[in-house]
Amino acid sequence: MAYSFPEEVLEYVFAFLSSHKDRNAVSLVCKSWYEIERWCRRRIFIGNCYAVSPQIVIRRFPEVRAVKIKGKPHFADFNLVPEGWGAYVYPWISAMVRSYPWLEEIKLKRMVVTDESLELLSKSFKNFKVLVLSSCEGFTTDGLASIAANCRNLRELDLRECEVEDLSGHWLSHFPDNFTSLVSLNMSCLGSEVSFSALERLVSRCPNLRTLRLNRAVPVEKLPNLLRRAPQLVEFGTGAYSAENQTDIFSNLVEAFSGCKHLKSLSGFWDVDPAYLPAMYYACTGITSLNLSNATVQSPDLVELIIQCPNLKCLWRERELIEDMTTQVLDYIEDAGLKALPSYCKDLQELRVFPSDPYGAEPNVSLTEQGLVTVSAGCPKLQSVLYFCRQMSNAALITIARNRPNLIRFRLCIIDPQAPDYLTLEPLDTGFGAIVEHCKELLRLSMSGLLTDRVFEYIGTHAKKLEMLSIAFAGDSDLGLHNVLSGCESLRKLEIMDCPFGDKALLANAAKLETMRSLWMSSCSVSYGACKLLGQKMPKLNVEVMDERGHPDSRPETCPVEKLYIYRTVAGPRVDKPNFVWTMDEDAVLRLS
Amino acid sequence: MAYENDMNLKATELRLGLPGTIDESQIKEPSFLKSNNKRSSGDMDNSANEDECSPVPKAQVVGWPPVRSYRKNVLQQQKKNFDSDVLGMYVKVSMDGAPYLRKIDIKVYKNYPDLLVALENMFKFSIGVYSEREGYNGSEYAPTYEDKDGDWMLVGDVPWDMFVNSCKRLRIMKGSEVKGLGCL
Repeated sequence: MAYSFPEEVLEYVFAFLSSHKDRNAVSLVCKSWYEIERWCRRRIFIGNCYAVSPQIVIRRFPEVRAVKIKGKPHFADFNLVPEGWGAYVYPWISAMVRSYPWLEEIKLKRMVVTDESLELLSKSFKNFKVLVLSSCEGFTTDGLASIAANCRNLRELDLRECEVEDLSGHWLSHFPDNFTSLVSLNMSCLGSEVSFSALERLVSRCPNLRTLRLNRAVPVEKLPNLLRRAPQLVEFGTGAYSAENQTDIFSNLVEAFSGCKHLKSLSGFWDVDPAYLPAMYYACTGITSLNLSNATVQSPDLVELIIQCPNLKCLWRERELIEDMTTQVLDYIEDAGLKALPSYCKDLQELRVFPSDPYGAEPNVSLTEQGLVTVSAGCPKLQSVLYFCRQMSNAALITIARNRPNLIRFRLCIIDPQAPDYLTLEPLDTGFGAIVEHCKELLRLSMSGLLTDRVFEYIGTHAKKLEMLSIAFAGDSDLGLHNVLSGCESLRKLEIMDCPFGDKALLANAAKLETMRSLWMSSCSVSYGACKLLGQKMPKLNVEVMDERGHPDSRPETCPVEKLYIYRTVAGPRVDKPNFVWTMDEDAVLRLS
Repeated sequence: MAYENDMNLKATELRLGLPGTIDESQIKEPSFLKSNNKRSSGDMDNSANEDECSPVPKAQVVGWPPVRSYRKNVLQQQKKNFDSDVLGMYVKVSMDGAPYLRKIDIKVYKNYPDLLVALENMFKFSIGVYSEREGYNGSEYAPTYEDKDGDWMLVGDVPWDMFVNSCKRLRIMKGSEVKGLGCL
C-alpha cells in the first residue's frame, strides 16, 4: 500500500521514536518503512565496533548526526585484555569524515583514540558539538588541543576515566577567545595543571556552562573564583580538596558554594580535608548525585555530608545519566555510615561502594554485609547496587532480595575469591538464587564468593530478563554454563573468568551465541579443538582465541585456550588483529589442518 | 644462610611461583659474605627475618578483584595522607629489571638496616656499604626513593623518621644510573 501515508508523514511520526529498539522494529515492518526509516535515522548505537563495518553502517544510514560506539570487552577494565588488542576508532572516523560531514556527536567507550583521529575529526566536522570519551586511551593532550582549537561549536568535551598521555596543561588555552558555546567540560582524568587564568576566562565567557569537572591539579584556593563566574553550574567536580591552614579559603568557599543555587551533582574530592566539607553544605539541598569515590573521608564526616543532601537520588532521563552515580563512596563509609543513609536519603536509587584497600590481607574498615542489608531495607527506590565487601551470607542476600524486588542491577564483589557464607560456610547459591527469584526485572548481575552449579540452575530458571552476567571462580561443571545459556532468554553479554566450563555446554548452545552481543571466557577449560569447531559451524560469529603463549597450533588440540571472545558480526573476521588473536573460521581451519 | 644447606634440594623441588620469581639458587652472592656494618645482628636467620618484615601478599590473580587501575592509583596516593599509625604506610618498590613491583609497609621497620635487609630478601640482591660521601659502594644497586616534592633521593641520607614521613615510593636502581648518583 504505497499510497497509504505520504513518506513525509511517516518520517514525522518516526522522529518521535528515539529508542534504538523501536526504530529497529519499525524498519522490519515492510520495505518502504525500512527505506523511510533508514533515511531519517539520526542517531546510531554500535555496541561492538567489530560487529559491523563503517561501510555497512554508512550504506544503510546516510544521514546520521550522532554516533555511539563501544570497543573492547568489559573485562579490559581489569587488565584482562592485552595492549594492542584493537578497537581503533580511526577507520570509523575516516569513513565518517567522507560520508557524514554534518556529524555532531561522537561517543566512544573502551576504544583506542589517537591524536590523528582527534585532529581529523576536529578539522572535518564543521558542526561538531559533543565528544564523550569513556575509558578510552591512545591519545595525548595534543589531541585535546586540536579539539579545543578547531571545534568552533563544541558543547561537550567529556573525558571519563580515560588514559591520556599528559604532555602539558596547555591544551585548554587553545580554545579561541571568541569560543562561547561550552556546556560541559569533564577533565577529571587529566594529570597536569592547566592555566588557571585560561580556565577562568573560559568559564566566564561560556554562559551556558552547566557541567564542570576539574582535575586533581586544580587547588581548592582556585575554586571560589571559578564558582563565582559560573553560578549556573548544575554539575561540579572539585580538584584536590585540601590546603594548608588558611581560614579565608574556607569562608571564600562557603560564599562561592552558596551562590550556586542549581547544583545537582558533586564529584572530585581528591585528598579531601574533612574540615573543608562543610563549605559545601549550602549547595547540598538540591544535590541528587554525589561521587565521593576519590575521597578517603572517614565515616562521620561522610554521614554529615550525606545528611545535608536529603534529595539524593538518581536522574532517570537517559541511559547515560543512569550511569551517573547517585552515591559512590569508598568503604570508609563503613556499616555505620550506610546505616545513616536511609534516614536521610529516602530517594536513593543507586549505591556504589568501592574498596579502599582491595589487596590488603585484612579488612581495614568496618564494612560488612550489614551495611547493604540496612540500605536495602530503608531505601525503597534502591535499584542499582555495586558493593565490594569481605564477607557475605545467604541470609543477608535473601533479606536483600526480599526487601528490594525492584533491583535491576546487582553487582556484588566479595574480595576473597570463593569465599563461602561466613556464618554457615556453605556456598552462596541460595543467596544469589533468592536475588534472581525475587528481582524479576534484574538486568545485570555480577556474582562472587563460593558458588556451585546449583546457582546457575536458579539463574537459568528465574533470570528471564537478565541481559548481562559476570561470573568468576564459580561452578563445578559444564552444566552450570549450559543452564545459563539455555535458560536466560534475554542474555546479551556473558563474561566468565576462572570457571571450570569446557566444550560441551558451549557447543551444545552454539545457536544461542548468535542471539547475544558477546561471550568472554578467560582461564576456563575450552579447548582449541572446540573453538575451531565452533568457528566452523557458526559463520555469523567471530570466534576469537587470544593466547599470549603463541599460536594454539603449537599445543595439543585438547589444550584449553587462554582467552576466548565470541561475538556475532556481519563484518566477517577482523582485519586488524594483533599477533596474539586468531579467528577460528573455515579458512583458518583448512589452512591449519 | 638458613637455606644454603638446602640449596641442592631446592634445585630439584617442584614449587609454585609467580611468573618471574627468581629461583633461590640463582643468587649471585650470599649476603652473609659481605661486610656491612649496617646489617642487623646475625642471630636471626633469614626465614624469621622475612616473617618480621614485609608480609608476603597473597598471590594476586590478574583481573581480580575487579577494580579499575586508575582507582587503585587514587587509593595508593591517598593512603599515605591517612592516619598511618592505624593503616601502615605501604609504598611501592620497583627494581630495575624486575617484571613486577612489590609493596612494603615501611612503618614496620625501625631503621635503615632493617629496611635494606628486607629489600635484599624481597628482590634477591645485595646492596653494598653506605657512606655519606659515596652512597652505596660495592654493588651495582642503589636504593632510592621519591620524596614529597617528587625528587629522587638516595636512601640513607636523612634521619629515619624524616625518611618515613617523606618517602612516597622506592626504586632500586641498577647499573650505570647508579654510578651517576655515586659521583654526586
